Amino acid sequence: MPEQFYFALEVSLNGLMAGIMYALVALGFVLIFKASGIFNYAQGVLALFAALTLVGLQNGQIPFAHLINAVFGTSLHHFGWTLPAVVAIALTAVVMTGLAILIERYILKHLVNQEPIILFMATIGLAYFLEGLGDVMWGAEIKNLDVGLPQGISETIDEVTFNWFGYGFFIDRLDIVATLVAAALVISLMLFSQFTKYGRALRAVADDHQAALSVGISLRFIWVMVWSIAGIVALVAGIMWGSKSGVQFSLSLIALKALPVLMLGGFTSIPGAIVGGLIIGMGEKLFEFFIGPMIGGATENWFAYVLALIFLVFRPQGLFGERIIERV
Amino acid sequence: MNAPSPDGYTTADGRSIGPVLMEMKNITLRFGGVKAITDISFDIREGEIRAIIGPNGAGKSSMLNVISGFYVPQEGEVWFRGARRPAMKPFQVARQGIARTFQNIALFEGMSVLDNIMTGRLTLMKSGLMAQALWWGRAEAEETAHRAEVERIIDFLEIQHIRKTPVGRLPYGLKKRVELARALAAEPKLLLLDEPMAGMNVEEKEDMSRFILDVNDEFGTTIALIEHDMGVVMDLSDRVVVMDYGKKIGDGTPDEVRSNQAVIDAYLGVAHD
Repeated sequence: MPEQFYFALEVSLNGLMAGIMYALVALGFVLIFKASGIFNYAQGVLALFAALTLVGLQNGQIPFAHLINAVFGTSLHHFGWTLPAVVAIALTAVVMTGLAILIERYILKHLVNQEPIILFMATIGLAYFLEGLGDVMWGAEIKNLDVGLPQGISETIDEVTFNWFGYGFFIDRLDIVATLVAAALVISLMLFSQFTKYGRALRAVADDHQAALSVGISLRFIWVMVWSIAGIVALVAGIMWGSKSGVQFSLSLIALKALPVLMLGGFTSIPGAIVGGLIIGMGEKLFEFFIGPMIGGATENWFAYVLALIFLVFRPQGLFGERIIERV
Repeated sequence: MNAPSPDGYTTADGRSIGPVLMEMKNITLRFGGVKAITDISFDIREGEIRAIIGPNGAGKSSMLNVISGFYVPQEGEVWFRGARRPAMKPFQVARQGIARTFQNIALFEGMSVLDNIMTGRLTLMKSGLMAQALWWGRAEAEETAHRAEVERIIDFLEIQHIRKTPVGRLPYGLKKRVELARALAAEPKLLLLDEPMAGMNVEEKEDMSRFILDVNDEFGTTIALIEHDMGVVMDLSDRVVVMDYGKKIGDGTPDEVRSNQAVIDAYLGVAHD
């Protein structure tokens, strides 16, 4: 019996770790949704684009190499350098901030006061544009991302738990790092939004645009700031997913897994994104291991969505979302 | 009334009013083919309580929105502190030192009273994004100083007991007062009040009148306010602009305005033949 209990515990822990990844993507969604009411379909692609750029910069790839070679008949591929991981990450963060400025300048600015559905459509367009741009800039092949994060099963945990419980827990070291990084990210975001003037301005804009204008807050500045932060959150998510399973275009599909996470946690709550991610991650794994075999497996594909549907029926605002009260 | 001299004038109750702070010159505002404001000029002087009154639909709120930058007039010039103001976004106007309240109250409902009032000081905070993000020494010291200033305003407007309450839970009258506090927190050169007494009962109106007079007296703040209730305005203001159907039909001290035939007609109605 204890054997089976420990096994369940191990599965849950691994599920929690996977949930952190979902939560990281969901976090980016929540930030933008809170500040501007835009459901940013492109958040997953932002993570992909960040990871592609990071690998490209790190390996000294020449951007648009295929295009340049095709047009000019050259055969350029690499600058011939490799950047240290820290420098490449910092440069990618700069690129994501630049991208935020461009998105504000060329998309959001022209769509002020439009219906949410129009902004949503714009982000779908942005998603496909960025996916194409990433392809043309850095090539479509699967890339290996290595920024020096520890990989593989943690032997220490395996040993220690074996000595204590007589059952060795298999936990990926990368998952542990991802958890720590996500925790640090969330804590610093919460501190920033609660205790700094820009955080206060951000909350003000999220609450009421007109009132924010009247106290001298520039909406455009706040939007650039939010998209930059979302871009950097996407970069973190991209690093974690990329280190785990390589940088490939299916990365942008995690965005779809973030949707049930948001329905669970609430679209406007940062802690909600985290808790939602954890519940989905853990629920998915437990369901797959214990119920899956009885119904033919592959439940991970749909479990999250069914759970979200059930939630929508009983608590449409999510666990942490604002109560929806329509005044009559 | 006598045209005030360039340096100002002295009010009936002995307060001295300074030179022109803001001047509107021949403002015309159209929405499509509809003229909301037609060729209106007036000025606001330092230290003054200036009222804009008129029946519903006279264009008062439009005028306030022109002053605060929410509307850009098609014709006319806005002069502020001796310089012509180029077309500006509302947040830029706010940063120039013009704070406002709204007829329908625009507060941050999810934030506490204290946080709401602190947003009023955003334009006065100087430390940059990185310092704020990393909470470097200056950012913290600055926050403390601003917090002290905000507490003074909270005391002044007698809202200590609701400091930590989320604004969404407050009754209407208190919300109006919090909105006034937020505008005051910006230490504005010009304070715009859009129907500060709309929807209030007699007692709340008296409180608000007292606060407006005290603000003007204590902080020396120049105030421009809109109101359609004649009685309140006449007791409160030094000079009054009267609007009707987008045109200016009177301008002067409350007494002068009260005896102006066009104003009486506008308010009481007149037979058109």
